[in-house]
Amino acid sequence: MKAVYALYPDGHSAQQALSRLQAAGVHDRDITIQSAQPMEDFEFGHREKATWMWWIACGGGLIGMASAVGLTWLTEVSWPINVGGLPIFAWWPNLIITFELTMLGAILATVITLVVTARLGRGSTIYDAEVSDGKILVGVVNPSESAVADLEAALTAPPGAQLKRI
Amino acid sequence: MSHPAHQQINRDLIRPLLQTSWRFYVLVVLPTALVLAGLISWFSQMFFGFGISGIRWPVFWGFYVTNFVFWIGISHAGTLISAILRLVNAGWRRPVTRCAEVITVFALMIGAMFPIIHLGRPWLAFWLIPYPSERLIWPNFRSPLVWDFFAINTYLTGSLLFLLLPMIPDFAVVRDKSTGLRRRVYTLLALGWRGTPRQWHRLESAMAIMAIAIVPVAVSVHTIVSFDFSMAPVPMWQSTIFGPYFVAGAIFSGIAGLLIAMAILRRVLHLEQYLHPIHFENLGKLLLVMALLWGYFVFNERLVTYYGNEPSEMAVFWRTQRESFAPLYWTMVIGNFVLPLVIMGIKRFRTITGCVIASLGVVVGMWLERFLIIVPSLGHKYLPYSYGIYRPQPVEIIIAGATFAAMTLLYVLFVKIVPIISIWELKAGEHQPPDTTHPAAEERRLREQHS
Repeated sequence: MKAVYALYPDGHSAQQALSRLQAAGVHDRDITIQSAQPMEDFEFGHREKATWMWWIACGGGLIGMASAVGLTWLTEVSWPINVGGLPIFAWWPNLIITFELTMLGAILATVITLVVTARLGRGSTIYDAEVSDGKILVGVVNPSESAVADLEAALTAPPGAQLKRI
Repeated sequence: MSHPAHQQINRDLIRPLLQTSWRFYVLVVLPTALVLAGLISWFSQMFFGFGISGIRWPVFWGFYVTNFVFWIGISHAGTLISAILRLVNAGWRRPVTRCAEVITVFALMIGAMFPIIHLGRPWLAFWLIPYPSERLIWPNFRSPLVWDFFAINTYLTGSLLFLLLPMIPDFAVVRDKSTGLRRRVYTLLALGWRGTPRQWHRLESAMAIMAIAIVPVAVSVHTIVSFDFSMAPVPMWQSTIFGPYFVAGAIFSGIAGLLIAMAILRRVLHLEQYLHPIHFENLGKLLLVMALLWGYFVFNERLVTYYGNEPSEMAVFWRTQRESFAPLYWTMVIGNFVLPLVIMGIKRFRTITGCVIASLGVVVGMWLERFLIIVPSLGHKYLPYSYGIYRPQPVEIIIAGATFAAMTLLYVLFVKIVPIISIWELKAGEHQPPDTTHPAAEERRLREQHS
């Protein structure tokens, strides 16, 4: 068996199922939860919340800023043109390019971090199209044969559970 | 049994993707014909030369730059408004954000076309890109036109990603609800989305960061567009208030564009259950605030010029107040100030129809404002030898009209491919809160029970 999971009509039942699986000794990393929208009213909605994304965005911004300063400095100094009496390397007008590339760096870093850390583009063993209709999926991937009965008992205990196996 | 509200939301919002009525074909064929007319006009301008347009010395910026500034202004409808509403966590934003963000992306694309059309030789547009050419000449980073390149491209990239990221979970819904080739396409677009808590957190964090980043970028874009004017020694252009004046005007026209788009979507796609009168009323109030702000900026600009009494500026001032441009000027004032003030200021008129009428006035008024900033000043500079008139020619009028058709066409095609209201955000707003038992307390109880 590749996976055993159940679909629940609401977050409360899904939370009960998760708690029962944890109580049955299943490790958090082996439990899969899927929903059609963020479920932040429930504890399971706060799993794996920690992220370095903000810091990575700041890092991307710094890289963008350094690139802009480098680009403007290098090009203006390597081909000096007098523009309206401004200095060859004029900070004020260059700040605009610096600002734009800083923001672009932060935005691109954020998106790259999202794609990598949310594991987009990588498949998952469990998925059920009923999740799109509002069901919440709680399941365990690659359970040991001896534990399947306990897992099924834990998953079917909450009200409205609909057990499935793959 | 699945959550009925969820199924209803899926059905209503995916229906336009799966079902095609005759209206869709009409809405594609007519704008396509107009866009083709615009393309033919553009190619004829390339073939016969810039002489067939009305742009000639001393008015080198006519309809094309007016349209450029206008469409960049309209682009402030979406990402900026959506980002602000996300940051303040306004619950009513949910059905509105995507309608708005789409406007930004398409308006930016259309607006960014105009500098290329205005080049006359569009195949040389790549000279704007900073690259080490064989002539060893880089773009001049001290020129506002190069700032435009960076600002518009940053805003376009950011807005496109800001639009695309929250579409991923909705692509997953369409994937689950479709079959055959469509299913395969949406499977690719959904990027393997499953809706795990990890994915939701990352998506929401990314949206929060991008919302914070995109607000100053949006402000910078129209400030920089205003710098195209205010950095030049032309009467009534060199003004320190042009930055905020342009930004306020951009948001103003953007809200008007959004209200019109929402009203059409509501009617054509039967989205009455999702786009409520309250959404229009709230945006209508915002339109009223922006009308007052716009009036304040115009008064400020005009009074300072009048009080300064500088001859070259006063000449342009009177041209717009009571001479050749006066009919356009007062139409602008009525469209941008009087009409929204009366309609949006009186609660009884703040209906969907009222919002649309006021918005149409604002769109016309804001287009005229851009035109009146550019043409009267360029046609009446400091010395009499540089006085001149501008008469738009058919090629410019057709291209200007074609951009509105292009906007319609792009919007219609988008609505056919992507749910125009964010399904998951709507569900997040609809789903019921848990009962009073705190989940952590319940978990502890279960642990104790099993131990």
